[in-house]
Amino acid sequence: MNIIPLFVALPLAVAFIIPMLSRKFKWFPDIAGNITTLILAGMSFSVIGKTGIYSMGAWEAPIGIVMVLDGLSVLLLIAVNVIAFASTLFSVNYMDRYTSKLRYYSLFLLMVAGMNGVVLSGDLFNLYVFLEIASVASYALVGFGCEHEEIEASFKYLVLGTVASAFILLGIGITYGSIGSLNMAQVSEQISLSGMNNALLFAVALFIMGFGLKAALVPFHAWLPDAHPSAPAPISSMLSGVLIKALGIYTLARILFNVIGVTDTILNILMVLGAVSMVIGVLLALGQWDFKRLLAYHSISQVGYIILGIGLGTPLGILGGLFHLINHSVFKSLLFLNAGAIEYSTGTRQLDELGGMKEKMPVTGGTSLVASMSIAGIPPFNGFWSKLIIIAACIQAGRPVFAALAVFASILTLASFLKVQKYAFFDKLKDKWKDIEEVPVLMRLSMVLLALLCIVMCVLLLPLLNTGLFDNIDILGPAVDALMKGTAYAVRVLG
Amino acid sequence: MIYTLCLVLFMVGLYGVLVKKNIIKIVLGLIIMEYAVNLFLIFLGYRIGGVAPIITRGADLVEFTKNSVDPLPQALVLTSIVISLGVIALMVALCIRLYERYGTFDITEMRRLKG
Repeated sequence: MNIIPLFVALPLAVAFIIPMLSRKFKWFPDIAGNITTLILAGMSFSVIGKTGIYSMGAWEAPIGIVMVLDGLSVLLLIAVNVIAFASTLFSVNYMDRYTSKLRYYSLFLLMVAGMNGVVLSGDLFNLYVFLEIASVASYALVGFGCEHEEIEASFKYLVLGTVASAFILLGIGITYGSIGSLNMAQVSEQISLSGMNNALLFAVALFIMGFGLKAALVPFHAWLPDAHPSAPAPISSMLSGVLIKALGIYTLARILFNVIGVTDTILNILMVLGAVSMVIGVLLALGQWDFKRLLAYHSISQVGYIILGIGLGTPLGILGGLFHLINHSVFKSLLFLNAGAIEYSTGTRQLDELGGMKEKMPVTGGTSLVASMSIAGIPPFNGFWSKLIIIAACIQAGRPVFAALAVFASILTLASFLKVQKYAFFDKLKDKWKDIEEVPVLMRLSMVLLALLCIVMCVLLLPLLNTGLFDNIDILGPAVDALMKGTAYAVRVLG
Repeated sequence: MIYTLCLVLFMVGLYGVLVKKNIIKIVLGLIIMEYAVNLFLIFLGYRIGGVAPIITRGADLVEFTKNSVDPLPQALVLTSIVISLGVIALMVALCIRLYERYGTFDITEMRRLKG
């Protein structure tokens, strides 16, 4: 039996079963949500190193819609489903404060289904449909609290997200008009035969604009610092951790590298966008006092690193970019969960009102220290290795300016997280917070899980040493291959 | 030529989204943008004087493909209309909530988030 369609079908089915059954059984949404994401995470580990094609309705590739599993999809599937599991585990207690758990889990699973679909789809329009499923669910989840700020942020996100979707659909329409196919493999084959024309160049511009908006690259970033902090904490961790990557970076990389085929101009655009996001994001983050807002600005900056790495176009650069992608999804989700835990116990997320949380909340304090050191790039943790690879790749590709900017942004990140640690965790405990307690055990469990991942993630680099010992955890290699081989994608899908 | 007009319509919608201050007008701008994209998709498959893409028994396939309009964009447009229906319903629901909270439709007065 083919496992590929289950990645979409399972969360989609459970999303609709939850509202049906949970009127009778109050405990049902929690259990169903957690078991589903656990199964999905297990499934995503079971496809490591595999490739495959699933034709929907048994219609073969150019005519029917296909789902394609390759190295890059596997990497994204693992990131999406592991973070989804950690977030649902965190939600069990955290979401008690909100009224409707069944709607929450329904929307959550729809979002996961949409992201898994985007990552697996082999058809341009199908990709758009899954992208909209994930986006619409996320718009609703951002406004889940229904307070002033949340609705305002949700509306802003919704307007910009819809504009992005319209750009993407227009781009897909133009591609269809000039190629006459929507299948990514066939489009890629046709483009390599007939070459680029002006209409396709316009479509590329629309794709960069649309997916750039979804990924919150700097000229298009205005919605992110509002939307991500306003959502409930587990949703913030999903949005910052994986949604911007699955909907923005993955789609951008897949379409530019595998479908259109990259040229030097496109790579230069990506690198400049990446470098600008990297620096401006971190500069804006420095002045923030709201914990989650600060993290949201850092997301912009870290997405810049990923795009810079991928935009270098060399194997080392892409390796660094993709490794940073999966690292960032782990440590940024963890940081958002930490912020959620602090908010759960104290009711505030203003850094200057907090202080000394380390004494009262040792697990939150410890895991946030791990995550902060990871994001700032302190040696044993995963963030250090990916940043090192990106910087080395910049130098290797003969772009020392970008390398210098990456180092500069990294130093500012460190400064910013020192501030977080000092004010929130290490300062003297204020009298106001004498009676607070550590968060419940499930929330602690999910934070510890992600913190452990932060520490052990560097083993993902071991298979690259070619010793043959670690081939069963080789996630990054096939992902880099999938992008480097570029338009060979077509040959694999069409057979 | 007709494609340029679609693009103009798209730009009209984009102008509405970017410039207008009333949130209902912003929603209308988005609707115009989606209209423009849908219209563009339909024009892609249209052929002047073409027949409906339904194969009848005994039809000559070569003749048929020469005359019929392309059915794929029509399927795409149906899907995209359904999606935009969902998005717009959510958007209008949010507008109602915004009006309840702020007592105004003016987006410049909704400024709780900044920095």
